[in-house]
Amino acid sequence: MALEFLQHLVNGLSLGSIYALIALGYTMVFGVLKLINFAHGDVYMIGAFVGYFSARFFRFDDHSSLTGLFVTLGCAMSGSAALAFLIERFAYRPLRKAPRVNLLITAVGVSLFLQFTGQLVFGSDPKFFPQVYVPTGDWSYGELKINVLQVVVFGISILLMGLLQFIVFKTRLGRAMRAVSFNHDLASLMGIPTQKIISITFMIGSALAGAAGVLVGLIYPKIDPLMGVMPGLKCFVAAVLGGIGNITGAVVGALILGMAEELLVGYWAPTYRDALAFAILILILLFRPTGLFGVNRTEKV
Amino acid sequence: MGTLWRWLLVLGGIWAFQFLASDQIDPYFYSIIIYSGINIVLAVSLNLVNGFTGQFSMGHAGFMSVGGYTSAFLTIWFAQQFPGVLESPWSGAPVFVGALLAGGLAASVAGFLVGLPSLRLKGDYLAIVTLGFGEIIRVLILNLDFIGGARGLPGIPALSHFGWVYSVVVVCVFFVARIMQSSHGREFLAVREDEIAAEATGVNTTRAKVRAFVLGAFFSGVAGGLFAHTLRYLNPQTFDFNKSFEIIIMVVLGGMGSITGSIVAAVLLTISREALRPLQELTHIDFRMIIYSLLLIVLMLTKPNGLFGRREINELFAAWSTRRKLKREGLS
Amino acid sequence: MRTYTSRFTSSLIILALMGTLFSTSGCKKARPPSESSESATLSGGAGTPGSQDVIRIGEVGSMTGSEATFGISTHMGISLAIKQINAAGGVKGKKLEVLTLDDQGKPEEAATAVTKLITQNQVAAILGEVASSRSIAMAPIAQGHKVPMITPSSTNPRVTEQGDYIFRVCFIDPFQGTVMAKFAAESLKVKKVAILKDVKNDYSVGLAKYFTETFIKLGGEILVEQSFSSGDIDFKSQLTSIRAKKPEAIFIPGYYTEVGLIARQARELGLTVPLMGGDGWDSPKLKEIGGVALNNSYYSNHYSAEDKSPEVQGFITEFQKAFHVIPDGMAAMGYDAAKVLADSMNRAKSLNAQDVRDAIAATKNYQGVTGKITLDEKRNAIKSAVVLKVENGEARYQQTINP
Repeated sequence: MALEFLQHLVNGLSLGSIYALIALGYTMVFGVLKLINFAHGDVYMIGAFVGYFSARFFRFDDHSSLTGLFVTLGCAMSGSAALAFLIERFAYRPLRKAPRVNLLITAVGVSLFLQFTGQLVFGSDPKFFPQVYVPTGDWSYGELKINVLQVVVFGISILLMGLLQFIVFKTRLGRAMRAVSFNHDLASLMGIPTQKIISITFMIGSALAGAAGVLVGLIYPKIDPLMGVMPGLKCFVAAVLGGIGNITGAVVGALILGMAEELLVGYWAPTYRDALAFAILILILLFRPTGLFGVNRTEKV
Repeated sequence: MGTLWRWLLVLGGIWAFQFLASDQIDPYFYSIIIYSGINIVLAVSLNLVNGFTGQFSMGHAGFMSVGGYTSAFLTIWFAQQFPGVLESPWSGAPVFVGALLAGGLAASVAGFLVGLPSLRLKGDYLAIVTLGFGEIIRVLILNLDFIGGARGLPGIPALSHFGWVYSVVVVCVFFVARIMQSSHGREFLAVREDEIAAEATGVNTTRAKVRAFVLGAFFSGVAGGLFAHTLRYLNPQTFDFNKSFEIIIMVVLGGMGSITGSIVAAVLLTISREALRPLQELTHIDFRMIIYSLLLIVLMLTKPNGLFGRREINELFAAWSTRRKLKREGLS
Repeated sequence: MRTYTSRFTSSLIILALMGTLFSTSGCKKARPPSESSESATLSGGAGTPGSQDVIRIGEVGSMTGSEATFGISTHMGISLAIKQINAAGGVKGKKLEVLTLDDQGKPEEAATAVTKLITQNQVAAILGEVASSRSIAMAPIAQGHKVPMITPSSTNPRVTEQGDYIFRVCFIDPFQGTVMAKFAAESLKVKKVAILKDVKNDYSVGLAKYFTETFIKLGGEILVEQSFSSGDIDFKSQLTSIRAKKPEAIFIPGYYTEVGLIARQARELGLTVPLMGGDGWDSPKLKEIGGVALNNSYYSNHYSAEDKSPEVQGFITEFQKAFHVIPDGMAAMGYDAAKVLADSMNRAKSLNAQDVRDAIAATKNYQGVTGKITLDEKRNAIKSAVVLKVENGEARYQQTINP
């Protein structure tokens, strides 16, 4: 019993760490633009496909190596960052002064566009993600099985989050990002190139999603053009749960969501899995709209 | 009274058409006309929430499914309990109307439940919470075995036809148009324009929002009932968030806050679905969703108010003729 | 205010008029081809070589959307069959022509598409849909217009119950569920089984139901029934719970899109018991994604690729030549559906709908890729199923189970 529970916790943690990578991008974009970027899940999908094609192009699937993993990650991250740049430049930037709802509708449009173009370009059949890095050996303690690959992925996730934390809190760029997220106009009065900072933030957030695409592809080696839809929505919930705009919050929220899903499916009602995230979202917005780590900001007239 | 008379005239025309000419229409065009009608009801009812009240809801398909399943369940049950009753138009019609109303009521209860907690939320949060509610409803239906669960609900009596669908269209449009001219409608508009200012001038914003949600859900529930009795089969997967997006595209294209805009957009999009088929037969690629999504983006970038903005077709016409008159006078 | 409303109503009347105009112009456009084609079928029936020497067949499938991969496979199978039939001289001296419409995986789109094929394109018969949910929406329309419809792979019994023009060339859920239950109880000799089904998928829910019924009848026990939704990628939670119950085998009636990942995760968690499934597993993708994790798994299928019969081997080589991929189960079903239709049309007295329907209903011992197809009085295919064992990426023939 106890071991079963521990196994569930381990599973939840590894699922949560994947959610965390996607949730981080959400939180960053929301921080600077106050926009639910519906297309974020699809950027994650594109990241996975960029990883897929680059790994096959460099023939990393022949033998597993850490170099292969990092090159694939790099390709996927730059690919999704480039895509994010285009999305931001051509779809979101022209709407900076428009009502928020217009921005939201555009985001939905971009999301649908990526999904259906993806089906056209990549084909709608699932693809096997090249196993660019397969660590040997397995850790187990009786019934408790830990996949070494998952530990590696968890490590990479933590590394990327740490890097992000460093950028946001220790660099000039990060300070500019925080200033823009606090108030666009004020930031530009202070001489911060607001447009550029928003664009960069957007690209960093999407690069993380691209990394998540590759890491998911490694652990769950099946990718398809609609793979981003559900994770996209769920990770938004994770970001809200932690307090949207807050980096630590997004990670904690994602881990909680991963764990909650795991326990719900394992012990109670597996058929309600897809409803759980939304139920959490509704509860959190009702009782603590700012999320677990959020700061309350009153709305000005 | 004068206006009511006109509306009744339209209704009479619809039923005259139903009895005299509906058999003459080619079944394919007939089905496009029927789905256009259902989409009009969906778009106009969503417009009440999204356009007029400014509460961006993304869960309309959820209400539609509640209405569809409720009314279908009732007519199936009725057909089993009293075989033969539904075949005769005299006894079948009241049962069908009752089932549609029950579907609408069930959907409005769902709308009330969704509207109430969503009141504290705005903009994007409201959007995603309503989307979440829609998904929760879908997952619930998947888990209900007595209405088929994942296997769907087949064998729904074929009760819906042109007369019913367009009667609902007329009633829905009449209702929404009239409500927008009443003080309730003014409250909706006030909430859309500025919630804080509306509150300050004594509008009960909570009540206004809940009313908009309940009314919108009612008509989408009725539309769900029509849909169920047209297709004669329901499956929970039909009502996923892509269905809600479809309705949103119609409302946005027509203009958020324009009833005639929603009508025109619903008809246009329903026809274009089919009109784009030859392109698909030619290229063997289904471009339709790509075109729609691009349309959504381009529309937001270049003409964010949709085709008609917040105006109705007659206002546009009036503005156009005034402009022409002025021009003519200027020339002469 | 008054004037506003009255203007409003009048504008609505204008709109309604426009609508009526559209619909009448629609019917005007619709009339002539329907008449001309009636005469064409008449002349075809009389046996005189008319100006139209093609027979149009309609296909409805999910070419886009979340189930596109199944629709596209089926479409490839159908195209190959039609190409071969035409190369061999067609049907009654006429070439077959397939019109394919996409339904995006939506029942209402499938219904409209089938209406268009029947009334606008005057197709002689309908092939499709893959999924029962769409076939159930299409069947009443085909039945209403009295156009024969053959579904390649809709396994829900209710599909063919819609009327006497609706047929299928696959076996139904109850049979396949029974096959695997029998196999588990009699050949694998297991008593305790866990089920992992896809709640979003009617096929999976149906198989799980009939498997459970038969397996309990045979003295077995279902320890736990867990579920997932198609599109999920993480199944460890379900598998961990299943592992705790210590089953002797796991029945996973899903599609290959998820089963490969499930098998991997099951093995990672140390679950080495046999995995079992249905024809939804049959795809080269399964082996690609699942790899060695699928060792010690069994699934029921319509045919075995190891079958040395010319039908099977010919199909596999021709398919690979045409599309450069290994055919999956859906492709084979689509191929057989088209071939059965062509065969029936050849046997039919004439090409009018009634005769074609009767000929399809009389299909007996037709040797297809997916076995000997005989249609029973409920218009369902009666054929034996084979159980395959997956070993190092190869599906090995295990045994044949007769209905």
